[in-house]
Amino acid sequence: MDKFSYIGKPVVRKDALVKASGLARYAADQDFAGMLYAAAVRCPVPRIKILGVSDSKARKVPGYVTLVTHKDIKGPNKWPLVVDDYPFLPETEAKFQGETVALVVAETQKAAKNAARLVEIKYKELPFVEDPLKAMDKKAIKLYGDDNVFAKFVIKKGDPDKAIKEAHAVVEEEFTTNYQVHAYLETQGVTAVPEADGGLTVYSSTQCPFYVLDGVAAVADLGYHKVKVIQTVTGGGFGGKEDVPALVASHAAICALKTGRPVRLIYDRKEDFNSMSKRHPSWSRVSYASDKNGKITACVVKYVLDGGAYSTLSPIVLWRGAVHAAGPYKIENVRIEAYAVATNKVPCGAFRGFGQPQICFAQESLVDDLAHKLKMDPIELRLKNILRPGDKTATGQTIGASCGLEELLETVRKRSGWDSKAGSHNPNSTRPASGPDKVRGLGVSVAYYGVGLGAKGRYLDRAGAYVNIYKDATVGVNVGNTEMGQGALTVLSQICAETLNAPYDNIKLEEVDTSKVSDSGPTVASRTTLMSGNAILEAAAPIRAGIFKTALDLLLAKGAQASSPMSAFRGVFSIGEVSVTFAEVVKECWNRRMKMGEQGWYVSPHTSYNMGDGQGDAYVTYSYSADAAEVEVDLKTGVTKVLNIYAAYDVGRLINPRLAEGQAQGGILQGMSWALYENLVYKNGIMLNPNFTDYVMATIADKPEYDIVFIEKPYAEGPYNAKGMGEVPLIGVAPAVGNAVRNASGVRVRSVPILPEKVWTGLAGNRK
Amino acid sequence: MLNAIFKLKCTVNGVKIERDLDSSRTLLEFIRVDLGLKGTKEGCGEGECGSCLVLVDGKAVNSCLMMAVQLQGRELTTIEGLKGREGGLHPLQKTFMEEGAVQCGFCIPGAIIAAEALLRENPRATSEDIKRGLTGNFCRCTGYEKILSAVEKSKSCR
Repeated sequence: MDKFSYIGKPVVRKDALVKASGLARYAADQDFAGMLYAAAVRCPVPRIKILGVSDSKARKVPGYVTLVTHKDIKGPNKWPLVVDDYPFLPETEAKFQGETVALVVAETQKAAKNAARLVEIKYKELPFVEDPLKAMDKKAIKLYGDDNVFAKFVIKKGDPDKAIKEAHAVVEEEFTTNYQVHAYLETQGVTAVPEADGGLTVYSSTQCPFYVLDGVAAVADLGYHKVKVIQTVTGGGFGGKEDVPALVASHAAICALKTGRPVRLIYDRKEDFNSMSKRHPSWSRVSYASDKNGKITACVVKYVLDGGAYSTLSPIVLWRGAVHAAGPYKIENVRIEAYAVATNKVPCGAFRGFGQPQICFAQESLVDDLAHKLKMDPIELRLKNILRPGDKTATGQTIGASCGLEELLETVRKRSGWDSKAGSHNPNSTRPASGPDKVRGLGVSVAYYGVGLGAKGRYLDRAGAYVNIYKDATVGVNVGNTEMGQGALTVLSQICAETLNAPYDNIKLEEVDTSKVSDSGPTVASRTTLMSGNAILEAAAPIRAGIFKTALDLLLAKGAQASSPMSAFRGVFSIGEVSVTFAEVVKECWNRRMKMGEQGWYVSPHTSYNMGDGQGDAYVTYSYSADAAEVEVDLKTGVTKVLNIYAAYDVGRLINPRLAEGQAQGGILQGMSWALYENLVYKNGIMLNPNFTDYVMATIADKPEYDIVFIEKPYAEGPYNAKGMGEVPLIGVAPAVGNAVRNASGVRVRSVPILPEKVWTGLAGNRK
Repeated sequence: MLNAIFKLKCTVNGVKIERDLDSSRTLLEFIRVDLGLKGTKEGCGEGECGSCLVLVDGKAVNSCLMMAVQLQGRELTTIEGLKGREGGLHPLQKTFMEEGAVQCGFCIPGAIIAAEALLRENPRATSEDIKRGLTGNFCRCTGYEKILSAVEKSKSCR
């Protein structure tokens, strides 16, 4: 019997109606009286010494108001993030093409854009570095510190050199992956509104309102109590609205303070491409060693991320990548060295998967190569080595009971028809294809994802909630994590409704307002259901106790039998035939002057990870995925079409299966698009294709058939036993596709994107 | 800058209007700035993403690529003007909600307009027709599956 009212139910999204009606108000949709518009003046080349900025021509534009430079910054000119190397606006040197050097403010958007084009930066070009591997050379120009390394992490376990020497089989290869642009449909945007007390209210499209608060308070030199950040409906994030909205908002804030009027700053698509964070390009060299039975005995990884001009989030992206770099396998001997390196290109940061997809592509491709070398089925090899409850990860963390990886792999094996399709490990197997020059193949991958911020972000890993029950039995909920499309408003409403036995329709979750809830950290790392969900549980617990007690009183007063248990379902409390509604109970609670508003606070459990040797518990728990991709490769052109993705996930208990499926489908397509199409190109430090015409992404016509299964392994610490969902569906897609391409065509492509010319070149090589 | 004033007469969401218009305005600027209809979104400004789709005389148009003066004598329908038969929700809006086709929602007005234009022309559009009809609409959230099923499902309730 199903005991839940709302948990595990595919209820309709809270925000579906306003969004489908075109009524949702995004950053550019809410106007303010007297509002001005800002536009950025950007560095035209990869690296310059700034000699001056002149607005003498821009002043002639009708509606021109003012120029804003670093001189207008009130506080220290350092954007507070992980390391303070990124100035709000550069003073003497700009380090990448597209960096904001100054801003102009004007009466209309058009006037601001026109004026920005006419502002002249006087500069001297400086030598620059484009290639991260060259930046690591001792003789390279120094952009950061004395070695251009933003961050380095090492994970050491056992003796991998000895294990490799004694191994039956060893595989070692280099891999590269290119950028990925978030391409959220709503570009960066913000409005800063000056308040009468000298403070600011900031309306921001962001995943992380508290990062915006940090940035705006710093740039404006204001106390946090005078800055209020209100999240607007946010048109997609994927990590691209983690850190960078704080920079955009700080620019709008200084414009607003200088002019004393509301200032809106909305990026156009080109400047969003040019200046906002990206998935890091990567280089890696990976080795696996095994015994003759296919037991993996060692893994060695060197992993380099191209961090771009400023460190931003590179250190923590790198750390997550490093922790997961050996793959979800039990391996006794591991050495991982990871570096994030400075170059004169756009700073890279968070993107769904956060440093994991790049190294997952490398290691999961190489595990397939190992299977080939051992003449083993790639699924059989994985089954011999994957993590199960009680096994230890590369960092020595013991995997808890919530781990269904083995079942996931067996599930995709079965559903993809892996065994009946003549064995994926046999490249000569023939399968029906849609034409004589086409071949089909299957490829598999497994992945795991540490939920939440983990040991590297442990001081930020807390979240608050405020639950307030009005007299009419509607419920207002404030949390500190955001809705960006992933469904947080809905899932958290379900958790709240379930806990209070309130009707789902009575719950209203507000967009984040930093003055309403304590700093709850960022909305990243698939942490929102877990963290804000638990904070809501804590806030709701005492109210629930009061409501349930009052409900029982009312039922007994109406003649119910005290000896029978009370049931609470979908907003009705009952004993036998006697029932009262949530609204009746709440009315009585108010009559009794009970406390109907409560704060909640959740802190993630301690993680023991040691940064010195990389050993210890890295994350509180993990989510898991297995993917099987079926592709068709055109032997004449090298074009790959993904036909099917069979995916299975363990993300703990599902709060909303329809939303979870939507997250899975979206993550799969984003991963597939990165694997095959998305190719941002730099030449001589200049981004060549900063637009949707030349940067190709998957459309509805490229969509594969999705076959998605959830295996729910309850996580005891999670709200209603949930873990985290958002990122895991993207991570394993690229290697599954790459392995399928190899299975179909015999060509192994070790660089993402797997473009037709790379496959074609491989086919041509094989024909020789 | 020579911005002539143009006298525009057209129909917007069923209502006849007359406006003095800056002739350099794109249709998108006219809709968002002059008419204050914010449901039509700018995603790229270059006609690639489909977020700004509107119906002009029943055909889907990227409003960032059309000048407002070209609306003279014609009929504009934006997402705000789509209504169901009894004035309630339009069937596409309903099925987009029910199927879970809405995530961040920024592309949704454009996707609904594209689907409406397609189904007006071909009420029995197949799955392949729908895919062809919506290739100009980027969605970065959903993987398109639920958008496709929402459009399919709406066919029976038109």
